[in-house]
Amino acid sequence: MSWAGKLLRVNLTKGTCKSEPLNMEWAKTYLGSRGLATKYFVDEVDPKVDPLSAENKIIWATGPLTGTMASTGGRFTVVTKGPLTGAIACSNSGGYLGAELKMAGWDMVIFEGKSPKPVYLYIEDDRAELVDATDLWGKTVWETEPAIKIKHQDPQIRVSCIGRAGENQVYFAAIVNDLHRAAGRSGVGAVMGSKNLKALAVRGTKGVGNIKNPKAFMAAVNAGKAVLAGHAVTGQGLPTYGTQVLMNVINEVGALPTRNHQDVQFDGAKDISAEAMAVERADGKSHLVTTQACFACTIACGRISQIDESHFTIENKPQYKNTSGGLEYEAAWALGAANGVNDLEALQYANMICNEDGFDPITFGATVGAVMEMYEMGVLTKEQLGIEAPFGSVKALCHFAEITAQGIGFGKEIALGSARLTAKYGQPDLSMSVKGQEFPAYDGRVIQGIGLAYATSNRGACHLRGYTIASEVLGIPVKTEPADTDGKPELVKAFQDATAAFDSAGLCIFTSFAWTLADVAPQLQAACGDEFTVDNLNLIGERIWNMERDFNNRAGFTSKDDKLPKRLMTEAAKTGPGKGTVSGLGKMLPQYYKIRGWDSDGQINADTRKRLGL
Amino acid sequence: MQKSLLINADKCTGCLQCEMACSYEHYGIFNPSKSRIRVFDFHNTGVKVPYTCTQCDEAWCLKACPVDAISIDLVTGAKVVSEDTCVGCKVCTIACPFGTINYVQDTGKVQKCDLCSGDPACATACPTEAITFVDADWTGLDRMREWADKLGNQASTN
Repeated sequence: MSWAGKLLRVNLTKGTCKSEPLNMEWAKTYLGSRGLATKYFVDEVDPKVDPLSAENKIIWATGPLTGTMASTGGRFTVVTKGPLTGAIACSNSGGYLGAELKMAGWDMVIFEGKSPKPVYLYIEDDRAELVDATDLWGKTVWETEPAIKIKHQDPQIRVSCIGRAGENQVYFAAIVNDLHRAAGRSGVGAVMGSKNLKALAVRGTKGVGNIKNPKAFMAAVNAGKAVLAGHAVTGQGLPTYGTQVLMNVINEVGALPTRNHQDVQFDGAKDISAEAMAVERADGKSHLVTTQACFACTIACGRISQIDESHFTIENKPQYKNTSGGLEYEAAWALGAANGVNDLEALQYANMICNEDGFDPITFGATVGAVMEMYEMGVLTKEQLGIEAPFGSVKALCHFAEITAQGIGFGKEIALGSARLTAKYGQPDLSMSVKGQEFPAYDGRVIQGIGLAYATSNRGACHLRGYTIASEVLGIPVKTEPADTDGKPELVKAFQDATAAFDSAGLCIFTSFAWTLADVAPQLQAACGDEFTVDNLNLIGERIWNMERDFNNRAGFTSKDDKLPKRLMTEAAKTGPGKGTVSGLGKMLPQYYKIRGWDSDGQINADTRKRLGL
Repeated sequence: MQKSLLINADKCTGCLQCEMACSYEHYGIFNPSKSRIRVFDFHNTGVKVPYTCTQCDEAWCLKACPVDAISIDLVTGAKVVSEDTCVGCKVCTIACPFGTINYVQDTGKVQKCDLCSGDPACATACPTEAITFVDADWTGLDRMREWADKLGNQASTN
């Protein structure tokens, strides 16, 4: 076992909470978390549904290893149809919430319908109830979590909630748990807001005790922990520098998208890097205060920082003077390099607002980048924006962060995300996105594999669906050349399928720097059953990938949506080792479809369906 | 030689491996709410502190127990609760100045750290050596070495 064996179905329209046995046949074929929640979702929801309507559903799901001692075994996934993309949305988060939910005895929670008034779900082990949240509506993430703990007189409650961005249905609103971990992408927070669902609060005291073979499990867990500790990335790079270890590395290989992808190197990268976070400032302290692990994680890539008290951004704003989560690489890039901003303290300020108000710093930062480019072109003016906004403007970045969640002034436009915003102002080619979701922090024209991974990602542009950077930059598990297109379809497919298995087990994808599925399989076999061999996990991953793709196809996506912006296809990289290159997507995509077993329109062939049991 | 748990909060990442190791060791289940060591996360300062029983020589809990359910393990020095004897009166939980002995609803008894009979699972599970199990007479040895290094080696190279 190691699944709790039951799910909670919450009908927000009727106000009911019901326990259901988990479909164990599906658990064996879709594992848990991402895979299993998506299986329930595609089975129950019409792909054409309006993401912000009552007919959409939203699921919190843990994996079989969530809540166990397996390193990083604390992950959960939020699955819904994303308002930003109109595609399947699947946002993964760490912190402590996922393990707490599992320890309360639930594998997943399915929300359906729409509440007539603001509510939150409170779970205390087997007991679940919807609680009036009228008094919480309008509160930030940082106000909501303590308010719920005080209300129930229990400091040990874990909270997953939306801030003002989710309430106002900002297209890239996040769901934040444990104050600064987030199911961040695709606008999953807006779906919560559309349902008048403010939070999910959990206290779990039952624990996870149904491990199939505890002795073998502990041996596999300890072996896995030793592999992580001994690896250069998971044992040294990430613990010491956090994900920000990448800032200078990616800049040096000329793949750091800068000023809305106009450039691939940022002269200010060193100022916003992990190394800069550790340097002593004028006030005698460093930006970085300490590290933070998520539940059960023996890597601890999380960073806890504190803004320089004298920095202009936090003058008379006490809530930003404490330590808080950040900066992580993606946020530092999106808020910084993507806009040409190199003020580390200001980036952390904007990052804290993203956590406090609950929105995705990647889409937000990339949208600001598009706005700055349109400002420099004269398409948008100071009068429209309320501020001068050339690339590099620290004040403009902070101003936009402050006004987005509440939709003040131009904040309402930024809340659309870059695809809708640039289209509205007649410049759709300036949105650096795929399927409406903005790129993360690696240039897809210089590093060919990641470009293909972006184009084919089921939730729009994303680095967490097939992180080929591991191979193309870091040489894990084998080095491939960034400029090569040959072999990249195979590489992308292998990463995409394996990632789906890692995600669905309840593990963090960062383990895969050091682990392959051969390290995961013994843990799953001891916990759940002998059938979870490496081959089967690869097959499960491929099945999940195709299930997601099938949902998107039925929602109306075709091969035409597997594309990169014109800029990456026609404007060559100006500097760096990849100077002169553009994306070779056209060469890679047909081969990718072929090895996926899809037709030329990206539709899944009948024999592929049969092979995967779809 | 007796050993003591030595906690260095600066090294704690808040992963809770120690809490799970403790609950697994004693109850065969992964469950921080049953752990005898707890990690406290002070998010406004970023400080995380693992906290458990220090095994007082003159233990308040032991002295307060009206049924002599708490005894000293002569090998490890741990103050150990005998579940067979404990009546769940909770007087020890009042007597302990540190809060490290607690009542367990499921069993109707109290629980506290027993040093896992000399091989504490929390220390083994800790990935950062925030929790170590060291010579009870020399818990300050590492800190002494650090200062000796500072005053001796580093000073002499300046």
